[in-house]
Amino acid sequence: MKDLLRFITCGSVDDGKSTLIGHILYDSKLLYADQERALALESKVGSRNGEIDYSLLLDGLTEEREQGITIDVAYRYFTTDVRSFIVADTPGHEEYTRNMAVGASFADLAVILVDAAKGVLIQTRRHARICSVMGIRYFVFAVNKMDLVNYDKAVFNRIENEIGKLAKELDLKNIKVIPVSATEGDNVAHLTDTMKWYNGESLLSYLENIDVDAASEEEGFYMPVQRVSRPDHTYRGFQGQIETGRLATGDEIFVLPGNEKAHVTEIYTGDKSENEAAAGQAVSIRLDREIDISRGSVIYKDTNIKITDNVTATILWMDDAPLHSGDNYFVKIGTRLIPGIVSKILYTIDVNTGKYRETDVLQKNEIAVCRISFTDRICAACFKDHKTLGELILVDRIRFATSACGVIEGIGEGSSLVNGKVNARTREACMGQHGVSILFKGYEGFTLMFAENVEKKLILEGRHTYLLSEDKDMSVGEIKKLLYHLNSAGIVVILTVNRAEDIRELTGNEKNMIVYENEDRDIDEAVSFIKKLSSYDYESAGEALYI
Amino acid sequence: MNGKLTHLDSLEAEAIYIMREVAAECEKPVMLYSIGKDSSVMLHIALKAFYPEKPPFPFLHIDTTWKFKEMIKFRDETAKKYGIEMLVHTNEEGVKNGINPFDHGSSYTDIMKTQALRQALKAGGYTAAFGGGRRDEEKSRAKERIFSFRNEAQGWDPKNQRPEMWKLYNTRLHKGESIRVFPLSNWTEKDIWQYIRQENIDIVPLYFAAERPCVERDGQLIMVDDDRMRLREGEEVQIKKIRFRTLGCYPLTGGFESNAVTLDDIIAETLSAVESERTTRVIDKDSGDGSMERRKKEGYF
Repeated sequence: MKDLLRFITCGSVDDGKSTLIGHILYDSKLLYADQERALALESKVGSRNGEIDYSLLLDGLTEEREQGITIDVAYRYFTTDVRSFIVADTPGHEEYTRNMAVGASFADLAVILVDAAKGVLIQTRRHARICSVMGIRYFVFAVNKMDLVNYDKAVFNRIENEIGKLAKELDLKNIKVIPVSATEGDNVAHLTDTMKWYNGESLLSYLENIDVDAASEEEGFYMPVQRVSRPDHTYRGFQGQIETGRLATGDEIFVLPGNEKAHVTEIYTGDKSENEAAAGQAVSIRLDREIDISRGSVIYKDTNIKITDNVTATILWMDDAPLHSGDNYFVKIGTRLIPGIVSKILYTIDVNTGKYRETDVLQKNEIAVCRISFTDRICAACFKDHKTLGELILVDRIRFATSACGVIEGIGEGSSLVNGKVNARTREACMGQHGVSILFKGYEGFTLMFAENVEKKLILEGRHTYLLSEDKDMSVGEIKKLLYHLNSAGIVVILTVNRAEDIRELTGNEKNMIVYENEDRDIDEAVSFIKKLSSYDYESAGEALYI
Repeated sequence: MNGKLTHLDSLEAEAIYIMREVAAECEKPVMLYSIGKDSSVMLHIALKAFYPEKPPFPFLHIDTTWKFKEMIKFRDETAKKYGIEMLVHTNEEGVKNGINPFDHGSSYTDIMKTQALRQALKAGGYTAAFGGGRRDEEKSRAKERIFSFRNEAQGWDPKNQRPEMWKLYNTRLHKGESIRVFPLSNWTEKDIWQYIRQENIDIVPLYFAAERPCVERDGQLIMVDDDRMRLREGEEVQIKKIRFRTLGCYPLTGGFESNAVTLDDIIAETLSAVESERTTRVIDKDSGDGSMERRKKEGYF
């Protein structure tokens, strides 16, 4: 049976990477006839004056075809006699960097296009850097458009040199440089005699033969637990995919975070009970002892995996909203999702030049090294040691957007709490309540008495409160300022106000200000209203943050 | 690490991983079941993924009432054989209004498939729905994420897809939103057939060539599955040895002449196929290129 190679192609707008892939598919007779017909038809109305435009094969969204650019990753599938391939064709525009990163995270190898007439450009450096950050270990640089430089060996050698320097700078270990012409098909699927001075393989032949597993071997065995299966009280199976190594029945394993020991009694691969299973396989494991295992636990042996509450990671920021030191997010590592804080942005790395810069804010498509702290100790590893436990994403806690992805470079020893920045959300998590202001309107004395009773009951029921009644010496502006600070401290403020215009001004645009209307002045009802309003959603926010 | 997984085994492992992630993280999943070969593969993988537990979600078939009889029979037998929960939903409003594939063209697909699906997902309160879609089927599918988000109107926004990194799927949803999950995203039609052979999976007999009554219409062979089939002038019912590459509503599904009666025959035929599979689906050719993308934005699966 054939194996599978997943690779990515990167290049700039005019580098012709869609054309390159189109050509591989076309030359290898891997296109279905009706796709070919559709292509010929579309090309006639397209931009290349009736010649076949191979890029139309790949740009699948209406808007992409209209604009003639690639916006999102497209996946293509082809098989040769030697190997099966999945290729992720990714956009080259800086604006769509995050979509390129999606493709890179999927691939074992990157094909980076370099225009022979232009050499290594800023975007070439960006593409190589992002692929490298996302953990790709094999690189092919296809020096394209050799036909436009008269297939000149000297031009190729000069570019090969530039690539060598780039590889050194980015510490790329496995690189291959191939001169090609995507439109003419030179050295793409076959070697042609236009570049007799080139002694290597064609691009396709290289892709067919490269062994990408050599560099990805990891120590020992480990498996993050996806799910605990309990169809009845007699069966308890731990489902997951083996990330590395082998496991056999009878083996002694350890389980994090508790680091308890047990022996494997049964291994299911699918619906078959087997004596042994290996990396890549989806399994269900049974153990000889009842130990504490849930989703997010990691089963391992013959290697060292730690639990930690903080890591240092290189992240790519993918969100339109910027990241600030101290912002908090959900972090997903392996099969564990947990609240966490980007406690410090250490420095950004310019995607184009590689220069470091200190900052407290990270914008979309920027790369930075950050310290991230979690609310609990979880299993994590350095990406270079254990790939799967070294990958992470950050998820926005309100919009649920996938805001960043990153790889772990360092595992924190001890506690992260020293460096953590505290903000309103952290304080709310610690207080277990939301800081809100509730405005009671009405006649001063009577309203105040009612408010005092409500506050007393709230305190008895565990809320942190403050009663603020309108004061002649305080301007509305000052009250607003005070409320802002109290709410940021996570305090529930009860405010009594009498004057209609003050009420109007106070309730104007304040998102934390709620007017409570209750003519009966029923204390229990008011208390339950305020409790509901300020109740902290542990379900969506996770456990209270350890700060 | 010795012995690398084969191409098919790594695709299977990926699909199992995805199904387990959904079962673990999503509140109320459902698996769409269309009775076709991809659904047979999905069901087979779901049974393996959770074994010895049954798949921890129900299966849902959208019945337009125009499916081949053999498909319905196969669906009911399959549900019984594996003891899975099979839900069937039909847009009763559409049936009442006599919506049919002969008179209503593309609005038939919209009402009996897209709208019916939306009704069923909404009524069931499903937050995640598995589908058997593959990226090799169509150009806009080639762009779709494995976890594909739908807004409250169940529409797809291709320009605003969540980045999907490694296998760290983000399944968080707001109220009213849902996810379509495609565990077979990275499979090709050939992979499906080879896997069916490797795993010995039951499929609807319509995939194998047999003598069937059909008429030639717009260059395709349409099977006369019951007496609701309306013949056009000059059309004559003939008996031909035909089979189907995809299955759907019988008046809209083109068969072709073939002698392939075993899986090996089918694989041999598929490997040398010169037409990609959706050409036998009449609906995809409705309104030119980009029509699948448009339908998906409107909530088609």
